[in-house]
Amino acid sequence: MNNRPPMLQAQNVHKSYGRNEILKGIDLEVATGEVMCLIGPSGSGKSTFLRCINHLERIDQGRIYVDTKLIGGRIHKGRIYEQREAEICRQRMDIGMVFQHFNLFPHMTVLQNLIEGPVRVKKENRESAVERARKLLDRVGLKHLEASYPKQLSGGQQQRVAIARSLAMAPKLMLFDEPTSALDPELVGEVLAVMKDLAESGMTMVVVTHEIGFARGVADQVVFMDEGVVVEAGAPTKIFANPENDRTKGFLVNVGK
Amino acid sequence: MNTENYEIVPLRHYGRWVSGAVVIFLLVLIVRAFVQGQIDWPVIGEFFMAPVLIKGLGNTIIITLLAMIMGIALGVIFAVMRLSDNPVTRWFAGFYIWIFRGTPIYLQLLIWFNLALVFPTVNLGFWEGRMVDIMTPFFAALLGLGINEGAYMTEIVRGGILSVDQGQLDAASSLGMTRLQAMKRIVLPQAMRVIIPPMGNEFIGLLKTSSMASAIAYTELLHRAQMIYFVNAKVMELLIVATGWYLIVVTILSSLQTVIENRFAKGQTRNSAPSLLRNVVRIMSARRGMAGGAR
Repeated sequence: MNNRPPMLQAQNVHKSYGRNEILKGIDLEVATGEVMCLIGPSGSGKSTFLRCINHLERIDQGRIYVDTKLIGGRIHKGRIYEQREAEICRQRMDIGMVFQHFNLFPHMTVLQNLIEGPVRVKKENRESAVERARKLLDRVGLKHLEASYPKQLSGGQQQRVAIARSLAMAPKLMLFDEPTSALDPELVGEVLAVMKDLAESGMTMVVVTHEIGFARGVADQVVFMDEGVVVEAGAPTKIFANPENDRTKGFLVNVGK
Repeated sequence: MNTENYEIVPLRHYGRWVSGAVVIFLLVLIVRAFVQGQIDWPVIGEFFMAPVLIKGLGNTIIITLLAMIMGIALGVIFAVMRLSDNPVTRWFAGFYIWIFRGTPIYLQLLIWFNLALVFPTVNLGFWEGRMVDIMTPFFAALLGLGINEGAYMTEIVRGGILSVDQGQLDAASSLGMTRLQAMKRIVLPQAMRVIIPPMGNEFIGLLKTSSMASAIAYTELLHRAQMIYFVNAKVMELLIVATGWYLIVVTILSSLQTVIENRFAKGQTRNSAPSLLRNVVRIMSARRGMAGGAR
């Protein structure tokens, strides 16, 4: 598996809002099947970087490749042409994203949330989409709730539905943007369990999280970001047991390891 | 002290009795005044279902409906323009609202109706015609009311779109939806919940404003009523008939609004919203339960 090109490759990614530079040159690589956890204080640019990967934010400088394809641009005769909306949408279909606040569609039932992407975007026929959606709901343990509306579910259930909704598009890469930060403490576990199961099934994942326990147990690679740069990266055992950088040490002490 | 067997005396609301009596007394005075007034009541009965007036009522409903559809379509288009990243379309939408919300509808109707004075002919390249033939009272009323309504609907739709959380657009985009798909499938259906109540008010307002079209000789309800009383001089009687019809239509529209609101509220409450019928059944059975308990 080492010979395969990385699923995600970021080179010198810069992003600013006005004069405020959020990302100051990020270089990262995630191999296929690998789980990378991004940790760091709030405002360090983790979430912004995640949103750049599926082009929810346009980067100012640098390159991001997902499955060897350049995100947001097309290389042609020594130039990079910015892509049209339709092409960007096609790239996004391969990249699932789970949000801090779930962002389920409140006017649709759980099942409708799951088949919306496959039916409307991928033009899959309805029956097969429904069948796959039910399997996914079963996988996240919510088969019995397919006719409910999101507001009728607990936060943990909503986030599991959101994960299933992303999986329904059969993505190659999954992005998680602080998926448990908006949850009551007793609901965090059920979401992490689903994510762990997903990681074990071989999904490539980039997870922005404050759950150090999850990072320690599931991640292949932990990246510590602060003030728009990657401060330290490596295996969880190394980062958590022997952090080299003082900022990493300080952060880990603050989150209580 | 043992108070267990004491009788509980409810608070008496004497003020309510007095104010209620005053209101009823005033109502009686008003009704008596109208009964004794010089109103030819049989004429009202005679003209209520008169085909001439029913035809006018039909025209009122048609112009209201078409102008509203036009207003909604324009409202959605201009709201999207107003929210777009393109400064030119944004400015143009603002200009449209400024013009059509800033001038009286009466004046706008007169301008549309008299457009032939400025543009005697219409030349569409493949087709040419005289403006006076095109700008009939109906068409002038439709353009005047519809375009005016569009300006108000733009602001209502814009407010609705802005009320939908940005995260919804993020989620739709991450599934690979285009902006248009996301707008149609995700944002607008949710915006509808915010748009419907003011839209219902607009509809009712438009129904009444359509009577202005009588000024440009569009034969709607009020225009017909006036035509009749110019002949038979039963002014008040025919105005009362028109009043009755407007109230009937508004009442129907109001209940329709409730039904539509309930439809778009789906998924917005933790308990799914009970339908009107279920509500009635629930109240009835609760009553019966209470009565049974008393027995």
